[in-house]
Amino acid sequence: MLMTITSTHENATDLGFLLRKNPARAQSFSLSFGTAHVFYPVASPECCTVALLVEVDPIGLVRGRRGSADNGRPLEQYVNDRPYVPSSFLSVAIADVFSSALAGGCKEKPELADLPLPLTVELPALPCRGGEGFLRSLFEPLGYTVTARRLPLDEHFPDWGGSPYSHVTLAATLPLHALLSHLYVLMPVLDNDKHYWVGEEEVLKLLRHGEGWLPAHPERNQITRRYLKHRPSLVDDALLRLAAEDGMAPEEVADPLAEPDEPSGPRHRLNDQRLGSVMAVLKTSGASRVLDLGCGEGRLLGLLLKERQFTSILGMDVSHRALEIASNRLHLDRLPPPQRERLRLIQGSLIYRDERLAGFDAAAVVEVIEHLDAPRLAAFERVLFEFARPGTVVITTPNREYNVKWESLPAGRFRHRDHRFEWTRAEFRAWADAVAARFGYEARFLPVGPEDAEVGSPTQMGVFTR
Amino acid sequence: MNLIIPDLSLVVLVGVSGAGKSTFARRHFKPTEILSSDYCRGLVSDDENSQAATRDAFDVLHFIARKRLAAGKLVVVDATNVQPDARKSLVQLAREFHCLPVAIVLDLPERIAEDRNKARPDRDFGAHVVRQQAQQLKRSLRGLQREGFRTVHVIKTPEEVDAAVIERQPLWNNRRDDHGPFDIIGDVHGCYDELVALLRNLGHEVDAAAATVRITSGRKLLFLGDLVDRGPKTPDVLRLVMNAVASGSALCVPGNHDVKLMRKLRGRDVQVTHGLAESLEQLAAESDAFRRDVADFIDRLVSHYVLDDGKLVVAHAGMKESMQGRGSGAVREFALYGETTGETDELGLPVRHNWAAEYRGQAMVVYGHTPVPEPEWLNRTVDIDTGCVFGGRLTALRYPEREFVSVDALRIYAQPSRPFLAPEVPGPVATAQQQHDDVLDIEDVIGKRIVSTKWHGNITIREENAAAALEVMSRFAANPKWLIYLPPTMSPCATSSSDGLLEHPAEAFAYYRQEGVARVICEEKHMGSRAVVVVCRDEEAALRSFGVTGEGIGTCFTRTGRRFFDDARVEADFLTRIRDAASAAGFWDEFETDWLCLDCELMPWSAKAQELLKQQYAAVGTAARSTLACQASALESAAARGIDVANLLARTTARKDMVAAYTDAYRRYCWTVDSVDDLKLAPFHLLATAGKVHTDQPHEWHLQTLARLAGGIIITTPYLIVDLTDPDSEAKGCAWWESLTARGGEGMVVKPSDFIVKGKRGLIQPAVKCRGREYLRIIYGPEYSAEEHLSRLRSRNLSTKRSLALREFALGIESLDRFVRHEPLRRVHEPVFGVLALESEPVDPRL
Repeated sequence: MLMTITSTHENATDLGFLLRKNPARAQSFSLSFGTAHVFYPVASPECCTVALLVEVDPIGLVRGRRGSADNGRPLEQYVNDRPYVPSSFLSVAIADVFSSALAGGCKEKPELADLPLPLTVELPALPCRGGEGFLRSLFEPLGYTVTARRLPLDEHFPDWGGSPYSHVTLAATLPLHALLSHLYVLMPVLDNDKHYWVGEEEVLKLLRHGEGWLPAHPERNQITRRYLKHRPSLVDDALLRLAAEDGMAPEEVADPLAEPDEPSGPRHRLNDQRLGSVMAVLKTSGASRVLDLGCGEGRLLGLLLKERQFTSILGMDVSHRALEIASNRLHLDRLPPPQRERLRLIQGSLIYRDERLAGFDAAAVVEVIEHLDAPRLAAFERVLFEFARPGTVVITTPNREYNVKWESLPAGRFRHRDHRFEWTRAEFRAWADAVAARFGYEARFLPVGPEDAEVGSPTQMGVFTR
Repeated sequence: MNLIIPDLSLVVLVGVSGAGKSTFARRHFKPTEILSSDYCRGLVSDDENSQAATRDAFDVLHFIARKRLAAGKLVVVDATNVQPDARKSLVQLAREFHCLPVAIVLDLPERIAEDRNKARPDRDFGAHVVRQQAQQLKRSLRGLQREGFRTVHVIKTPEEVDAAVIERQPLWNNRRDDHGPFDIIGDVHGCYDELVALLRNLGHEVDAAAATVRITSGRKLLFLGDLVDRGPKTPDVLRLVMNAVASGSALCVPGNHDVKLMRKLRGRDVQVTHGLAESLEQLAAESDAFRRDVADFIDRLVSHYVLDDGKLVVAHAGMKESMQGRGSGAVREFALYGETTGETDELGLPVRHNWAAEYRGQAMVVYGHTPVPEPEWLNRTVDIDTGCVFGGRLTALRYPEREFVSVDALRIYAQPSRPFLAPEVPGPVATAQQQHDDVLDIEDVIGKRIVSTKWHGNITIREENAAAALEVMSRFAANPKWLIYLPPTMSPCATSSSDGLLEHPAEAFAYYRQEGVARVICEEKHMGSRAVVVVCRDEEAALRSFGVTGEGIGTCFTRTGRRFFDDARVEADFLTRIRDAASAAGFWDEFETDWLCLDCELMPWSAKAQELLKQQYAAVGTAARSTLACQASALESAAARGIDVANLLARTTARKDMVAAYTDAYRRYCWTVDSVDDLKLAPFHLLATAGKVHTDQPHEWHLQTLARLAGGIIITTPYLIVDLTDPDSEAKGCAWWESLTARGGEGMVVKPSDFIVKGKRGLIQPAVKCRGREYLRIIYGPEYSAEEHLSRLRSRNLSTKRSLALREFALGIESLDRFVRHEPLRRVHEPVFGVLALESEPVDPRL
């Protein structure tokens, strides 16, 4: 990876004093993940450019497991952008190679240290995860002029579009230590991936390098979140390995537990309304033994546990990982035994007949069926209505008609990457009525969320009783 | 003194403390057969005499006894068992597992026990304890039969103890040594003329007047009961069957009608309904002696038989696995009436529980009792009562051939209470098995599993791998009815030590030569995505052979069972082309099939891996190109200023070249796909057709056969045969690889010329790949070929990959074998699921 900093201050080569690196020489520094080289492509009184070139050892990266917080991503390990793009590796190199400049010191010319200088940073391939808008929102409030040229993915295949990387220049008049602090914090934020595990120490580093600018930065929360929080993927390693066998990118294994693209404001309200409606139906059904099929992280299970009426609760999900999260969220290991005994979590699938599901009074299937391939619904119907055969079944699913109400959702797109279909109210009713007739149930329908005269409510709910 | 016990029984020793029960048990039974209450006391309390531990000790004893009885193992309970309560729970246990409880009572003089106890320091209880036990024993003796012990042996003296010999007797139903072959005949119900015709059709000589059958073919008749009632000639049927059984040319199990008739003949009060009146009327014309013989004959019939090493079970109304080969009242009930739910239907008939739908046993079960229009297989069971007396047919099943032979009824002799001939449905319908297979059971896939395979023995699937596979199967896979095979992973050849290379064919050739293979085939490795194609002649064939409707004529799926094409129309277009190519090549007639399963590579890679290419390969390429170009120009500027950066500049330039080569490498496998016309399919295995898995054919046969499909989107796979005992031939193989990879090809796959090869230590690798130097950039990274990287990459371990490859290969063939044998879907799904589970094992993904 490469970063250049150009000064056009009078006696531009003073940059060498600030950085404590002689413009007349090239120097190399050994780092834990490779080698950093410092040299000056340009060094004149009018203009002085320093280059920090970091060579990352791609094999060491994988073999030593160093630098791979995300080692669940097969193949990415060797075919990796790490050697070519600024990331937390660059932050480490800055802190190591330019330590005194970063700390704001300048032994030879102390008056330069805090002097705002006209500086330009050039980064040939800066990852901008979050887009150019995000890049600008990070640097412009700090006084930078941002120029970004997005790199195409492959000029041979123009229809593939742009890459996540841009050739970026950042120009500002700032003290050098301020510029270095900005880069130190913001490179990993843009990359959104840190090469080492985040610990307590990182909080201190962020506070130190963000001193004087981060607290007032409008994107402060986002910066902090990205810098510190490495959100673990909810997708299993094993699942990713299987996906890789099919030549799928890890991102394609859509995480079914991720929130759907329902607008962020009312989203949580909608989810609450959904669970509230389901609870209302379950409570009035008189059920005491209930199933939560596709329980995910266990939000509904938490509500069910609070109601004494439900003496036996079985949560099932196909994802092992989801069940772990549910178990943690519900603090299963710490519940008192009488509570604990009411709830059981099992891994299972809605398209395999399962004896463990028999003998329940009611089943909730909340926002699940749309994750099944339509041809597999036939198996699901028999598993639930013929074999498990609870007295009451509550099914919720998106109402596709309502999608037009959400401007943020492009027309024709589903609310979630993993949705295989989204039904109109008529489609859902047709399916539900046919299922009810075939298996001896009665179906009725209830809206969930604000109901629009024309397109109905965002979520539709079918209640089946027999 | 011979004590006869059934070989599967629960033997309860009864006797006071010190009576010598343990010594007796040790002398006559295997140590593992004996469950001693004292020993169990020790297990739970460290003290074999602790009375406080009695309750827990018996819990342990019962637990072990259950496990043994469930597994069909004899159990001897060594405890005093002098109290009725203690024995009651044991009798219940025996009933639960349908085995016979046997009591062996050591009723020796009290003195003997007292003397023995005195001699043992650990038995410090007083003489009153033994006296009390002795009284309890005396009170018990007479009631043992009534308590449910079928066999009671009482030993009264030390001499008798010494003389006792245990004789284990096989159950009457155990005919495992009888290997047939058999002609199994369904419910006759007095249809003598049809029976005679059927026996003749089966090739046996019948003297109809004498009611005798002569069998010269070495076969044996097996009658499934319900010989009597409703039909016109019950006495003749009985006479023929009784003669055949007496002469040893037939076996017969009783039906519910036969038993009812026998009870009536014995003067019991039974309702004369369901055709019994006809039997009685016909028998009235026979002699008393004949009627007595009939009653005796029926009375002696054994409820069911286990035959041919346990591979065949026959019973009138079926037999579930847990009851096979066992003897109890419940077993007999099941054999006569099947299982009912206790409810009755709208016609007042008992609702039958469909035990066959849940049947998971290994043995084939042939039964009758319920008239069906056609005999249909379901989970290795078949009902062959085709309702002759109701105007249907009389059917025989030939075993082991699994062929049905039927004769039509001459007329309708009785009306069934429920019409059994289904109304004619136009067109084909799914079979009972296919309908049953619409839903698989989770029990058959989750948890730790052991899959037995023909080619690689038992293969263990770990629980966590099964969990991952369940998620993938449920979220992404195609209809499991199509998934009759998943391809195995393939290992690369051993690592090459040649300059600048990681892989080279020399290592592949050396591997096979060492395994004793003289001839290998090198096949060009197409760089696309692995694809399995199942294609049927038409939609009817899809229903007939796969039980799938409304999903077109087949499917094309990936290595993990995911459908290749999201768009059903594109898939249909694609499959139609393959079907038409197969028609044009005359495959349907040549292989007597209406479907094919092909193992293929589908190009371009970008068709399926578009996102991976964009997000990973292209993205890394563009970042690398931009960065390295800027690095080079910065270094050139510095060099122009006279700064010494020569080394760094040279290295950067080399890296630029490697990244350019990397970009070329992935671009080669990408082209735009606008329609099916832009795809290329290279089939390389004709895996299976109806009734046949073609793993007995060498690879060259596969390639030559499949070459006949080429044209349009289907392309051939170039190959070269190499003789590993001829250095020139081997050099040609290497040269071919050089030329393929110099042009940027992915490389080649080296396989033994035969499909399946066993070496000294079992299966050898069915194939190894030798990938090209440029191609490997997209595996090991753009700059892997730099010597400082390559030298480290050479240390890689292939053993896990190779072991997986063998297990997955064996599972793949197993699933195909099971499919062409028409096994239930769960049996086909098991190895398929196993491949997917193994694929989730952590193994270096670059291999």
